[in-house]
Amino acid sequence: MTKNINIDINVEQEKAKQHIVEQGLRVLVCAGTGCVANGSLKVIEKFKELGAEVSTLTDYDKMTIVPTGCHGFCEQGVLVIIPEKDITYVKVKEADVEEIFESHIKNNVPVERLLYTDPHTNQHVHKNEDINFYAKQTRTALANCGHIDAESLEEAISVRGYEALAKALEANDPDAVIKEIEESGLRGRGGGGFPTGRKWRFTAMNKGGKSYVVCNGDEGDPGAFMDRSVMEGDPHKLLEGMAISAFAIRADEGYIYVRAEYPLAIKRLRKAIDDAEKAGYLGKNILGTDFNFELHIKEGAGAFVCGEETALIASIEGERGMPRAKPPFPANKGLFGRPTLINNVETLANVPTILLNGAGWFSSFGTETSKGTKTFALTGEVNNTGLIEVPMGTTLRKIVFDIGGGIRGGKKFKAVQIGGPSGGCLTEEHLDLPMDYDNLIKAGAMVGSGGLVVLNEDTCIVEIARFFMNFTQNESCGKCVPCREGTKQMLKILEKIVAGKGEMEDLDVLEELAIAVKDGSLCGLGKTAPNPVLSTLKYFRDEYISHIKDKKCPAGVCTAMKTIVIKEDLCKGCTKCARICPVSAISGTVKNVHVIDQEKCIKCEACVSACPFKAIVKE
Amino acid sequence: MSTQSPSKVDLAKVGEIINTYGAKKSNLIAILQKVQEEFRYLPEEVMIYIGTKIEGLSPATVYGVATFYAQFSLEPKGKYEIKVCDGTACHVRGSMPVLNAIKAKLNIKDGQLTTDDGLFSLETVSCLGACGLAPVVVINEKVYPQMTSDAMKIVLDTIFQEEA
Repeated sequence: MTKNINIDINVEQEKAKQHIVEQGLRVLVCAGTGCVANGSLKVIEKFKELGAEVSTLTDYDKMTIVPTGCHGFCEQGVLVIIPEKDITYVKVKEADVEEIFESHIKNNVPVERLLYTDPHTNQHVHKNEDINFYAKQTRTALANCGHIDAESLEEAISVRGYEALAKALEANDPDAVIKEIEESGLRGRGGGGFPTGRKWRFTAMNKGGKSYVVCNGDEGDPGAFMDRSVMEGDPHKLLEGMAISAFAIRADEGYIYVRAEYPLAIKRLRKAIDDAEKAGYLGKNILGTDFNFELHIKEGAGAFVCGEETALIASIEGERGMPRAKPPFPANKGLFGRPTLINNVETLANVPTILLNGAGWFSSFGTETSKGTKTFALTGEVNNTGLIEVPMGTTLRKIVFDIGGGIRGGKKFKAVQIGGPSGGCLTEEHLDLPMDYDNLIKAGAMVGSGGLVVLNEDTCIVEIARFFMNFTQNESCGKCVPCREGTKQMLKILEKIVAGKGEMEDLDVLEELAIAVKDGSLCGLGKTAPNPVLSTLKYFRDEYISHIKDKKCPAGVCTAMKTIVIKEDLCKGCTKCARICPVSAISGTVKNVHVIDQEKCIKCEACVSACPFKAIVKE
Repeated sequence: MSTQSPSKVDLAKVGEIINTYGAKKSNLIAILQKVQEEFRYLPEEVMIYIGTKIEGLSPATVYGVATFYAQFSLEPKGKYEIKVCDGTACHVRGSMPVLNAIKAKLNIKDGQLTTDDGLFSLETVSCLGACGLAPVVVINEKVYPQMTSDAMKIVLDTIFQEEA
């Protein structure tokens, strides 16, 4: 039984495309959180200023500056793309804008110094798609991020926004939508990896009465920012995915729960919801049908545990975000006691494309059990840090060395920490492992939300384990004893080890506690909290042992085990170190050897990098 | 406690905030966020007021929620709220030396939130999602990318000059 819809999406698309043609020369400037921090708003202003005179100064009648969402290549920001010129400029500053305008827009000569330089070949790269970082990616969820004006509904429509929703409403067969998602093999991208279609099916089984859809945008894993990029860069895709899921399970109200640390994402989502409601893509009688979908935004208030679905529900209800025992699952009894479908941002952002291109297209990417593409936030000691999207099953080697451009400063690869505080370490032996949900679990890690932190030889593994335990300990909600007390005891032991006071028995206790916390905790936070410890103990036990037996930190990180000293034979008495020391721990007079007061020294190493004669070393 | 803390809290303002969001339990977090934006912290009398004004809440429940979420503060924050990101990417790239440099420069001791003159408050946050720019420091709304101890001192000196 098809239904009539009152908006012809194809006509709208053509209109939107025509408007974009009328914009003349399009200059895309990234206005994501990272690029704004690097000054992109000033770059935009400067371009606009020059653009006013484009018709008198150049061959172009018109130039339009498009502030886009995050490309994911934040370290190279501010990024400027001029599609018509087939060029990407990196690290653009306000002062460079005039040169780009004069040289490239007016005289068609690219500004070579602002091009991306390939770290391996040292060659300048002109086109976006030729930059290794982008060339080896397959973008679905992130497809439009960085290529459209994130605050414009029209631009979203020009790249097929709301087409999938229109088709679904016209076909008027919610069950067929669920079937398509089931067949695509899409699994939850927030970390759990539960089959999305099955979750939809379960929730849809509750016949009659109110139900909700909720989007989990509480991206709490430190080192992951893919959800932020989707919300900032292509908010309409998320809204469309949510509307489709609401239609499929027959819900008429939804919430997006966004962490308060993402103010720009909240602002753009609010605008997107307003615009979509006014245009008839959300709200009452969507596209002229009897389908209503009212969408609200709830801001989080800084609690990692709220990423857990039952805690998130409690938080939306205005309570302390504490998880509860399941069952009942939210699919049966969720928000305000009603059936609730909870999906992560990236999961929902995949939905419109799956409906447009078909389940078969989506499942042609990936591995046997993990279909489609996955975004990873590639950070840490790697040349190209940023957000990437690759088919499931891509190897770590390809990600770190091809897309990431290898380790910074020619240092040695040590490990990758994947999946944040719930995940584990992958080492050299895993470089060729196809990364998917199941392989990573087997290796003692997990995909998690997709945070990938690259560690080099200068990173202390024990300190990293302490860092994560400190994080989960802080974030433990305190409801169940194994998590609340267990993580505290584990943290104490790790602190003891990095302070150089560890004993060999500590390792056994640590492992024993880890198993108790894993088995006895109520929710995912506690169940996974010991993972970083267990996986580092498995692969880097020798580092724990050197901290305990030799009282040495092999990476030279742990402050308790290092002293900063000035080598008498190399010190020229330039006083630079004494001036830079934040705690005035260095004394000496001009042209005389300086000394560090070890009592005062906080081992910040500011002096080490400041000394022009390399006379200050850590031991 | 800072000397800046208001001796009397404008409860009428709080009433307005409650009305804007609606006196419903599910709006509690949004109300507290707005209150904190207004007063720079959650004064005790405000929590009691909200707890008695909204049906289904008690002052104890409000206190419970306020102490659960990291965003809420029971003591006044500084005019300049410094947040040092200590997410994994920032931690690996040296957020701790930056934090120590700020502590030393502002003479902030462990466990202290706000400087005695009420100008600065300092805290670490777990991840701001700007990992490509690690280590990151945020002062009020402004994001400072790729910070070092030296750069941080320059930033703080600039603020000192503006305030002088």
